[in-house]
Amino acid sequence: MNVLLDHLPEFREGFLGTLAITAASAVLALVLGILIAGFRVSPIPPLRAFGTAWVTLLRNTPLTLLFLIAFFVIPQIFFPGTSPFVLAMGALGCYTSSFVCEAVRSGINTVPLGQAEAARSLGLTFSQTLRMIVLPQATRTVIPPLSSIFIALTKNSAIAGAFSVSELFSVSKLLSDKGYAIGWIFLWIALAYLVITFTISGVFRLLERRLEVAR
Amino acid sequence: MSSSVLYDAPGPKARIRNRIFSVVGVLAVLGIVVFAVLRLNAKGQFEPEMWNIFNNAGVRTNIRDGVLTTLKVFALAAVLSLILGALLAVGRLSDHKPVRWLATGFIELFRAVPLLITIYALWVLFLTYKSDLGFTGDGTEFWALVIGLTVYNGTVQAEVLRAGINSVPKGQREAAYALGMSKTQVMTTVLVPQAVRAMLPTIISQLVVTLKDTSLGFIITYKELLYSLQEMAGNIVVNDENPYFPMIVVGGVIYIAMCMALSALATWIERRGRRTKTGIPVADAAQPLAAGDAAADLTATDAPDGKTD
Repeated sequence: MNVLLDHLPEFREGFLGTLAITAASAVLALVLGILIAGFRVSPIPPLRAFGTAWVTLLRNTPLTLLFLIAFFVIPQIFFPGTSPFVLAMGALGCYTSSFVCEAVRSGINTVPLGQAEAARSLGLTFSQTLRMIVLPQATRTVIPPLSSIFIALTKNSAIAGAFSVSELFSVSKLLSDKGYAIGWIFLWIALAYLVITFTISGVFRLLERRLEVAR
Repeated sequence: MSSSVLYDAPGPKARIRNRIFSVVGVLAVLGIVVFAVLRLNAKGQFEPEMWNIFNNAGVRTNIRDGVLTTLKVFALAAVLSLILGALLAVGRLSDHKPVRWLATGFIELFRAVPLLITIYALWVLFLTYKSDLGFTGDGTEFWALVIGLTVYNGTVQAEVLRAGINSVPKGQREAAYALGMSKTQVMTTVLVPQAVRAMLPTIISQLVVTLKDTSLGFIITYKELLYSLQEMAGNIVVNDENPYFPMIVVGGVIYIAMCMALSALATWIERRGRRTKTGIPVADAAQPLAAGDAAADLTATDAPDGKTD
């Protein structure tokens, strides 16, 4: 019991850290995922190939390996001295973007054919069709899978804790190094994750209900 | 729906525009790649000596041992998680309330907690009682990793199986009871075989996740593939530089090859299942993020997909 009360500031910091890294990589994953889903259905073959390669490679790579790349290879190439938070955000965001891309792509496939056909016969270009007709209607079917993707992202963010980003896993490491019983730490950390994942699924259920349309 | 619905067959102007976009896109990607190669080259990561390390027998043995260790953990965790998954799935569908509650609670708790936290907690726990449990050498890390993977993936497999059992047509169960079979008989000889058949692609895709997650052993310093690569990269110094890039390239290729082979198996089984006419829909080979999705996919393959095709 005492672990939580004695170390409330650490737990709060870890909780906020998990929230921050999750939110930042969720935004990155959404932007990248939608962009690459656009690539995968675009009329330009090299872009399609790039999208397919992106998704295939990232879905079959362990996230830990991506973290190693982000922390040992990327600083050698691009920006030496980038903060661990940004590097972890990059690894998590890229990894999750491949799942977002697949969700968006299958969402695009559920929009009735007539919609895209009508848009085309009105003379809209590919990007206009996608942006103004298809994607807004795909949103409704993409919301439920997105909810599980973000819950998975929350859980994956624990790996960032092992790479010197301050969040819930690093708190559990810190406190067990201090010699507190691991059982209680585990329970409190589990509770914190449950709070976050329940909030995510609640928010998405709300969104789903808001966007629901009687067809 | 094919993607071509989103755009017209390109005319002369569009063809030129597409070609321009192709060239610009390819150039942009090439630019980034060339820049990366130049920077890595400047750090000496492309020197022949840097890659010559893979001709060293010790390095090769380490990589081979790493792959074998990873596969050992994967094999054990896969078998145990399937067994645990079957037990939990049946437990959650049990007629006895306490059993149902226990299985549900176990599934919900360990599914919600990140796998890394579970593995770490188990590791610390095992370290504390190391001598009591009789672990020697790296047995502590090994069992923490295997049991962590088993517990987490077992809960996911349980949900996948449960979705499969629920997807078996109701008539099957009723017919089996009408023939006078006992509850156990109905479950083991009628429902589970059909559920496994329907969910096999999803089960194998979750095994791919299990394989990927063995790399978490890196964090609890268990000497699997990723850890030995990282250890070698840290210890070997060529021309005053550590060979991080060659090691990660080699490791990445090994991991991607293993995972893609398993994924291909899942896709193959899915396609094979679609051809047969048993009337049981086969789930998607997509990796389940949450087990609930598997059930949603299964119902989705029945109805709306047919309409949009």
